[in-house]
Amino acid sequence: MHAVRIAGAGSTAFGASPGRTGRDLFGEAARIAIKDSGVPRADIDRLCYGNFVGTVTESQGHQAPLMTEAAGVTAPATRYESACASGGVALKSAVEAVRSGAIDVALVGGMERMHNVTTEQATEGLAMAADHLYESRAGVTFPGAYALMARAYFEEFGGTRADLAAVAVKNHRNAIGNENAQFQRAISTTDVLEAPTIADPLGLYDACPITDGASACVLVSEAYAKEHDLNASVTVTGTGQGTDSLALQHRESLTRTPATTRAATAAYDDAGISPADIDLLEVHDCFTIAEVVALEGLGLYDHGAAIDAASSGETTRDGDLPVNLSGGLKAKGHPVGATGVSQVVELTKLLRGDHVNSTAVPDASVAVAHNAGGTVASATVHVLEVRP
Amino acid sequence: MGEQREDGYDDLLDAIESNTGYYLSCPAGHGSLPPRQVCPTCGDDDLSTEPLPDTGTVVTFTEIAVPAPAFTGQTPVVVIADFGPVRLTGRLVDDSDALEVGSEVVPTVATSPDGGRHIGARLVSER
Ligand SMILES: [Zn+2]
Repeated sequence: MHAVRIAGAGSTAFGASPGRTGRDLFGEAARIAIKDSGVPRADIDRLCYGNFVGTVTESQGHQAPLMTEAAGVTAPATRYESACASGGVALKSAVEAVRSGAIDVALVGGMERMHNVTTEQATEGLAMAADHLYESRAGVTFPGAYALMARAYFEEFGGTRADLAAVAVKNHRNAIGNENAQFQRAISTTDVLEAPTIADPLGLYDACPITDGASACVLVSEAYAKEHDLNASVTVTGTGQGTDSLALQHRESLTRTPATTRAATAAYDDAGISPADIDLLEVHDCFTIAEVVALEGLGLYDHGAAIDAASSGETTRDGDLPVNLSGGLKAKGHPVGATGVSQVVELTKLLRGDHVNSTAVPDASVAVAHNAGGTVASATVHVLEVRP
Repeated sequence: MGEQREDGYDDLLDAIESNTGYYLSCPAGHGSLPPRQVCPTCGDDDLSTEPLPDTGTVVTFTEIAVPAPAFTGQTPVVVIADFGPVRLTGRLVDDSDALEVGSEVVPTVATSPDGGRHIGARLVSER
């Protein structure tokens, strides 16, 4: 097996840029990542690209060829779609391609553009991640689905809206100074608790924003990195993916996310690590409750025990296990199809020491990225490690 | 929306409408909802049709303040109710004041303003 190194990483600024096309956004992220890598464009063997609702928001299918042009490369290209985990599955495919020896260099990335449509249209687009007949038709929205999970969690394990608010407060704090983040400002628990309700018990500040943006990474084989004397200390040592029933109603538990657990088990085994080895994580906090169930699904907390991980300080910047030092989806933003790659962009910089929050984790060597689709019917987990 | 039938799904809605709701069951007792070629849990293709219990118990619910376009101007309340071998996601068609986790509901058929037929839920206490 060929070890996979991250040679370059980059994102656009995340936020509202309704007038910028998807091809322009991805072109920028790819340009930054390729420049960061020092890899000649001609050496790129493949593009693995994630996007969720571009067919709706830009009426644009068949995006992969468009994005190779945008990146200035000529390589076989495929668009991957697994809702909010589109970037994660694109990444997994790229990692496997390099590992297999089939290719030496992969460009992996993702893009989403949603501010060019109305909030209602965006809501409808995101709801396409749910079971159309059995959930969306009955009125379930993306926030609605997580609200159903949050209430079930409170019923089973206890916990309060204030516990969830601590997740939002933490992730906003982390985004301060992250020049790519959508919200680079602090919020208070009161701000979260007093924000308008979107789907009770969740309020506006329990939710990640709608985000336009793109991210990209250049992955290379270790042999290629050596041969070309690349500065690529961050290695992808583990990759895993899990799948669950699409609709919440078909699951054994509304508070557990076995897709995350399956992805994590595979990725940890692949890397030869255990949860205790992890120094920092980016997890899929599309809603505050999502970060809680992610930490439990990843094996870092027992079921029902992560509800106060943020409020107790364990997962804050200065805690034992910093989670979402980038600001997470909540404050960095969630350009859906890009998110899985954006997490790895942020972790790469955090591990390399060129992230504004690298000072919070000066000795970190093992990082984990967790990307989830829908109500975690899809999940990917990647383990990144610093290697000489 | 609502013109083209969805085989299996609309058949179930028709049955619920005439109080003969059902679910699919495999020999191992795994419940599922149509259309199914095989049991989603174990893959067995020997599926029988079993009567849906008359009432279910609400396990979670939410009132959606920011709805999808099909429900513009409304705040739909959605419940997931446990009917034993299966759970159903349905839109509450009653006033939600008495709704709580543990409430008993009966399945019904509801229609969104754009004509989309879907599973609904009615509180037993409001009947
Ligand atoms: Zn079965």
